[in-house]
Amino acid sequence: MAKLTIEDLKKIKEKAKKSTALREGEATVKITVHMGTCGIAAGAREVMDALMEEMAETERDDIQVVSSGCMGMCSSEPNVTVEVKDQPPVIYQLMDRNKMRQVFKRHVLKGEVQSDFALAKGKET
Amino acid sequence: MRELALHVMDIMENGLDAGADLLTVSICEDRERNLLEIDIADNGRGMDAETLERALNPFFTTRKTRRVGLGFSLLREACRRCGGDMEVRSAPGEGTRVKASFQADHIDLAPMGDVGGALTTLIMGNPHVDIVYTHRVGDRVFEVDTREMREELEGVALNHPDVILFLRDTIRQGIRRVCGAQKG
Repeated sequence: MAKLTIEDLKKIKEKAKKSTALREGEATVKITVHMGTCGIAAGAREVMDALMEEMAETERDDIQVVSSGCMGMCSSEPNVTVEVKDQPPVIYQLMDRNKMRQVFKRHVLKGEVQSDFALAKGKET
Repeated sequence: MRELALHVMDIMENGLDAGADLLTVSICEDRERNLLEIDIADNGRGMDAETLERALNPFFTTRKTRRVGLGFSLLREACRRCGGDMEVRSAPGEGTRVKASFQADHIDLAPMGDVGGALTTLIMGNPHVDIVYTHRVGDRVFEVDTREMREELEGVALNHPDVILFLRDTIRQGIRRVCGAQKG
């Protein structure tokens, strides 16, 4: 890979400014990656890394990615919660790179809940 | 934790939980002294002596979802297993600073791992937070300061997907450069 420079960053900035900057506020999909000690040890970084790459490939700008701490279900980490506006949130369990890509492509982009990976439907406390 | 980068990430998460918006991470590999030092400081709310004491106990956590808090304990054990130790300094209103040391060639020392991925993962979920990362190997230094990037970006968020991948790859390249051929 060629050495990245400040010029590359400037190009990214110009491109990003053209696509309307939203990403906060009006999101219609919110993806939460749980990153407590348990999540990190179980592979939450790889899950988030795959998610970053998927985000870079999509044109959609109404998807918000956030991280949160442990939600008390350490044995099913890495956990990811997908909340599509006006639908009950879905918590996915035992995630990895590939499952994250599948959830992103099917559930986030097309609205098809991936029940095979789901831990539960409903709001975490 | 399989990588030192994951320990770093975990300790940084503590800082975020404490309300920090600036995290300073410095990794120093001193091959002459056979020493690896990791220094993580945050400007969060800090802890008083009593809380700090309890934070080092694995059966203490400020969170309500489970009853154990393992971040510090796991890092401390990793240090001690590798001929080093961990020290935490903190005071209310003054943030927290964690210093971890390891014997650099210890057989039980976990690999550094993907620091670029770890730092950008944190930024992805916390785009308001700034990170200053310094990696020193002998007299070679790599430094990245997201405050400078932020200025350059003129309002484009740090967690914009293209920016985040740029940052990740910049850090990966930088570390590879200072580490030289020995570590690929």
